[in-house]
Amino acid sequence: MTDNNPIKLYTLCLYSENTVGLVSRVSVIFTRRCVNIESISVGACSIEGVTKWVITAKTSRRAMEKIAAQVERCIDVLKVFVFDDEEIIYQEVAIYKVATAPLLKEHKIEEIIRKHSARILDITDEYTVIEKTGHYSETEALLATLKPYGLKQFERSGRVIVTKSTQEAVTEFLEIQSQRLANNTTNS
Amino acid sequence: MENNHISGAEALLKSLICEGVDTIFGYPGGQIISVYDKLYDYTDQLHHILVRHEQGAIHAAQGYARTTGRPGVVIVTSGPGATNVITGLADALMDNTPIVVISGQVASDFLGTDAFQEADVVAMTQQATKWAIQIRRPEEIPAAVARAFYIASTGRPGPVVLDIAKDAQVGMMDWSHERCRAIRSYDPCPKINPQDIDEVAQLLETAKKPMIIAGHGVMIANAEKSLLEVAEKGNIPVATTLLGLSTIPSDHPLNKGMVGMHGNLGPNSASLEADLIIGVGLRFDDRVVGDFNAYAPNARIVHVDIESAELNRNIKTFKAIHADADDFFKALSEKIKPTNNPEWLAKFDTRDKFETEKVINPILKPAEGPLHMGEVIRAVADAAPKNAICVTDVGQNQMFAARYFRYHADKSFLSSGGLGTMGFGLPAAMGAKIGAPDRTVCLFVGDGGLQMTIQELGTIMAYNIGVKIILLNNDYLGNVRQWQELFFNSRFSQTPLVNPDFNKIAEAYGIRTGKVTRREDLADAIADMLSDDKAYLLNAAIGSDEMIFPMIAAGTSYEKIMISKNENYFPLK
Ligand SMILES: Cc1ncc(C[n+]2csc(CCOP(=O)(O)OP(=O)(O)O)c2C)c(N)n1
Ligand SMILES: [Mg+2]
Repeated sequence: MTDNNPIKLYTLCLYSENTVGLVSRVSVIFTRRCVNIESISVGACSIEGVTKWVITAKTSRRAMEKIAAQVERCIDVLKVFVFDDEEIIYQEVAIYKVATAPLLKEHKIEEIIRKHSARILDITDEYTVIEKTGHYSETEALLATLKPYGLKQFERSGRVIVTKSTQEAVTEFLEIQSQRLANNTTNS
Repeated sequence: MENNHISGAEALLKSLICEGVDTIFGYPGGQIISVYDKLYDYTDQLHHILVRHEQGAIHAAQGYARTTGRPGVVIVTSGPGATNVITGLADALMDNTPIVVISGQVASDFLGTDAFQEADVVAMTQQATKWAIQIRRPEEIPAAVARAFYIASTGRPGPVVLDIAKDAQVGMMDWSHERCRAIRSYDPCPKINPQDIDEVAQLLETAKKPMIIAGHGVMIANAEKSLLEVAEKGNIPVATTLLGLSTIPSDHPLNKGMVGMHGNLGPNSASLEADLIIGVGLRFDDRVVGDFNAYAPNARIVHVDIESAELNRNIKTFKAIHADADDFFKALSEKIKPTNNPEWLAKFDTRDKFETEKVINPILKPAEGPLHMGEVIRAVADAAPKNAICVTDVGQNQMFAARYFRYHADKSFLSSGGLGTMGFGLPAAMGAKIGAPDRTVCLFVGDGGLQMTIQELGTIMAYNIGVKIILLNNDYLGNVRQWQELFFNSRFSQTPLVNPDFNKIAEAYGIRTGKVTRREDLADAIADMLSDDKAYLLNAAIGSDEMIFPMIAAGTSYEKIMISKNENYFPLK
């Protein structure tokens, strides 16, 4: 069973109305199925009034699709998509705060920044703040490089994604829905 | 001219009236007192039933909703009032019952301060509702009520909670109301795809061993007629789930009985042999499927449900159809051709005969010994009007009632199926009678379950609710006792009950009672019970060691079905 349904990192992309209380409704669906959320990022998308969530979790596609179906049932959730890494373009941002002195002593700072395509956000005598945008493995590599210099703080954001399709994945759904609302086809 | 500037409390009541509400089940308290104060002016339009416990209110509302098809409305106060309805919410969510609960809440300024009787009701009920929302301003009330009724009653129905802060009840607003007609994120009316119907008709044409399983969804969709039309046109055997009971009359030749843990041998065995199962409006949960890996090994399964998330959730289907049950059957009946599989149909009858001889007749026609639950239930069914409603509690009483009552009219079985809530029966029967005053409502309840909500006898007394309570009194938590006898070496841990004199209790509430222990007195006792339309408690003494069979042990396959303690039936041998 695991062969055609391997456990790996999947991305759940969820479009919703901007209403309070949805976060707990959605997160409990993961908990109930014993799936740990690896990262979550919630924010605007290109469509006004629609909130886009990107949630990653290590599980099977089948399990993730069942979660997606449950999530999609929630009132105010518009549409949910499950992607693997091949189907999307994705990035995470990481910020590192490192002691300045050891970095300067070894004259490595420029080399590190160049090699990892990172950016310096701030330098003081005491610390240097570096930012790196990339995939998990890339921000992780920079983390490993910086650790010996005395890492003071670190945080990595949740994933942000766009799909390989031209529009937001939810666009077609919204068009269908606005037609439905216009026709008032629902019985009440 | 009518004053349009009104309080949130009044707006709430007017909104309920606009939604067609005329009956409310509730219980007052400090944080909902403004609503109750306004209700004083609206008693001509809103009939409020004061229950004796909030759990009674929500189960009564469930009984009401399931017999009328309209949302049941519950009003409770904050904190303990609201937490007391949570069991009913979970029950209504499982059994897809439209319920609107309105709970009072402390004033907005006090939220999050652990104020007196503050409970985070929205957070607590989120997992037990289809939708739950807190309202903090009076002007939000009409739209929230409209949305609540729309969500509760459409698609796959379910419970919703409106948690209304005190200041929103007291604050003033300009009244206007519009019913909710659609929600962008929620499409409760999937469209039938004609190709799907063609495909199912095709599957039926080639199938040699087809079977329809009708679930609760068929009842909710009012699809009883169209189900029958498909079954008759196609000459297809129909089985039902527990909550699908009464979607097809008991005495219809194509009704082959009930599936599931205590279902009939015919349809349960058939699931092993069928080559096509059309399951409509059911969840294929563990009580129906047994062992998820061994279910229906030879069948293509067509699963029809109004909830897309149910499709391919528990079992893998050959064809998943996202549709309303009535739409589905209506469309299919246009396309269906008569099938001709006499041998297949005969198999059901052979097994039915075997079950009748081995399991049913010994209960219905015993030579001696204490009364059986089944014979009491059947005697009531035979004596009651044909459109009587059978309500059950949970336990052996429930399974026996399901199996031995007779269903002739639509919507005549009412039980807590998914959650199996003891204490559901008495208040649910009350709500059913209020929803269907012209029908006889027979409650079959155990001595354990009756005591979980027995306080509602007070409500029955106060409002003269003519419920016929048949207490199947075995002085045990019988269902658990059965498992202990079968699987735990007869170690009856905490299952014997020391019971009160139930007749005296009922009489204290002014309810007429009867008692029956001997077979020869049964008919007269029932006749006495049914001689008027008032509440009645019939206390029937049942043998303590009675067990319900057939039984498929939890989580096992249908290849081995217990038909008595020491005897198994092997459908494939
Ligand atoms: C609220 C609740 N608590 C516990 C159970 C577990 N349970 C299921 S059946 C049963 C025994 C019911 O006994 P009784 O009401 O006397 O009915 P009987 O089985 O004897 O007919 C119990 C304890 C339950 N279903 N619901
Ligand atoms: Mg009992």
